[in-house]
Amino acid sequence: MCGIAGIVNFKNFEDKEPTLHRMAGYLRHRGPDAAGFYSQGPVGLAHTRLSIIDLTSGNQPIHNEDQSIWVIFNGEIFNYPELKCKLQSRGHQFYTQTDTEILVHMYEEYNTKMFSYLNGQFALALWDIKTQTLLLGRDRMGIRPLFYFHAHNRLVFASEIKAIFADQTIPRKLDTQNLSDLFTCWSTMAHGTSFQNIFQLEPGHYALFSKQGMSLNQYWELPFGKTSFRKESVDELAYELNHLIMDAARIRLRADVSVGAYLSGGLDSTYTSALVKNNFNNKLCSFSVGFTNKNFDESPYQNRAVEHLGTNHKTINCSHDDIGNVFPKVIWHTETPILRTAPAPLLILSNLVKKNNFKVVLTGEGADEIFAGYNIFKADKVRRFWAKFPDSRLRPRLLEKLYPYVFSQKNSKSIKFLEEFFKKGLEDINSPVYSHIQRWESNSHLKIFFSENLKQQSQGIEDFVKRYCTTLPDDYMDWDPLSRAQYCEIKIFLSNYLLSSQGDRMSMANSIEGRYPFLDHRVVEFAASLPPMFRMNGITEKYILKHSARGMVLDELIERPKQPYRAPMTQAFLGNTTHEYVHDLLSETAIKNAGYFDHKKTNRLVKKCQKQGGTLLSERENMALIGILSTQLLDFQFINNFPAA
Amino acid sequence: MNEIKKTIRKFIIENFLFGEEDNLKGDTSFLEEGIIDSTGVLELIEFLEEQFDITVKDDEIIPENLDSLNNLEKFLTRVEAK
Repeated sequence: MCGIAGIVNFKNFEDKEPTLHRMAGYLRHRGPDAAGFYSQGPVGLAHTRLSIIDLTSGNQPIHNEDQSIWVIFNGEIFNYPELKCKLQSRGHQFYTQTDTEILVHMYEEYNTKMFSYLNGQFALALWDIKTQTLLLGRDRMGIRPLFYFHAHNRLVFASEIKAIFADQTIPRKLDTQNLSDLFTCWSTMAHGTSFQNIFQLEPGHYALFSKQGMSLNQYWELPFGKTSFRKESVDELAYELNHLIMDAARIRLRADVSVGAYLSGGLDSTYTSALVKNNFNNKLCSFSVGFTNKNFDESPYQNRAVEHLGTNHKTINCSHDDIGNVFPKVIWHTETPILRTAPAPLLILSNLVKKNNFKVVLTGEGADEIFAGYNIFKADKVRRFWAKFPDSRLRPRLLEKLYPYVFSQKNSKSIKFLEEFFKKGLEDINSPVYSHIQRWESNSHLKIFFSENLKQQSQGIEDFVKRYCTTLPDDYMDWDPLSRAQYCEIKIFLSNYLLSSQGDRMSMANSIEGRYPFLDHRVVEFAASLPPMFRMNGITEKYILKHSARGMVLDELIERPKQPYRAPMTQAFLGNTTHEYVHDLLSETAIKNAGYFDHKKTNRLVKKCQKQGGTLLSERENMALIGILSTQLLDFQFINNFPAA
Repeated sequence: MNEIKKTIRKFIIENFLFGEEDNLKGDTSFLEEGIIDSTGVLELIEFLEEQFDITVKDDEIIPENLDSLNNLEKFLTRVEAK
């Protein structure tokens, strides 16, 4: 795992070295073990290395036999030994033991078709001297990041946006439309980022940049939306799935350093940990985060998993103050506003891993998306069932199973009201965004806090939905509803929020690499090939995964009600401890100066929160406060006080 | 606008709209317009009980009573008349 950066300028000669060194400086946390640079004609490449495979001779950039192709690489190709054998049999010569080196030879053999052979999580930049072409590529699911700025036949790219801003000629400004999207669906859409004119290469895409310009190309599409599904029995398919996940975990243990595992206490990470512990590493070390606020804490489940698996376990307890203390660092690394604090404990967790001298961890991310684990999928199904008989008194009661915390004792007397809330848009079942529209509409009310100026530059929810719908495949409405909902969740949320703000950024901030067995493309393709009822049966989420894990994971962990991973919100900032930066950034002057939010409304929200001892009852108001604070932090750190490398 | 309606309107604007009053009419549905979310109704009930010294019974917590300024006005007038 590493950081990559580069400049290609076909228009003018420029001395790239000083900028490249500054870019590498901003990426040191991604690769503290070594740095490497390369310049040739219009191109300059920089690399910071976190040594995981071939610790002694794997420094980058790496080249082919005649040094006509050079590559810098962030990530892992897990099937590299198999690919290397094939390449060697075809006469390719290797000078390192790295996975990186196969890339230059794969390019020689297959050109841009190389991506279909790679099983991995990666972002790469490859320079072909003969054709004077730069190839950028990103893994199928978007696990590793790659950003770029393109203007006047000049391209600047990097693993993180801060490294692009090392080039002081590039303007640093928040993108108002993308900010508006973020306050609707929690992330920016497609190739957008929170910054104007800074884009990301989308998952499953590669780009070619030459004197003729830049082209973007898709090499893999999410496989959901099959017209026919696997026909075998659930037992046969669960058996196959178990072997597939085991192999996905096995090849993700390939490293010349120790590999640990995150253990959340849920099914997904317990399952992959069990597979590793029982089959490949009897001395597996696991790591978890708990909360002093018991409303969020999953320690009892984590402890049961540890007792059963017998891993060497380390845990850390996270308080409200801990979240408040690390939040500025969280935003420095997310490089985007966030509406929840969930990334913060993961930053604290990766620090625990680092302190224990690990560099790599397996995690369970991705299973909820591909095997339909989230409540939003169930709510879609329940609402469709209810829509067939909208006056039913019993059908909406199924929602209570999905949202026990919403329909809790405290709220039980307002059940009729809650039902009415979920009934909004009930009969609009032919909407392409039926599964998500309620969430987006609810979130978009956060925009009442926008300043007049920002409001004028923002699109409303209808335009947002229209824009999203233009990106959908032609036959989308022929798909089954569950596949549609999963596609939407993955396209909008997985790479742009979960794998970045809660994934890559929080682990790489502490030089830790996360690996995701459930996001092996073979597992994703298998999940998409299953009949929808094997992903979600009735309203039982991850049905086949539970079937597959039985016997390896304690029944009580398989059967436990799904608890979404969440962290304390406003108590972390306006609770018992006052954080100076919170006070400063939410002040009337700071809000007015930044210009994104209405200072009077923000002040009312802050006062309401303070009056209630740092808590806000409404989820939406919690998100508003976190969104405002994180936007203010982003503006402070990236626009007005961008630090020297 | 009578005093009851004015008081509730002020609360809704302060507490749920944070000062934005332009689009709040007498018949604006709080649920339909997203003015209160799934938990907001509890804040509203707490306010009504404290402000008007009443108890809102479970079977009274329905949109027909609480989902707009007009509905609230009618509901409170009815309760106070009892």
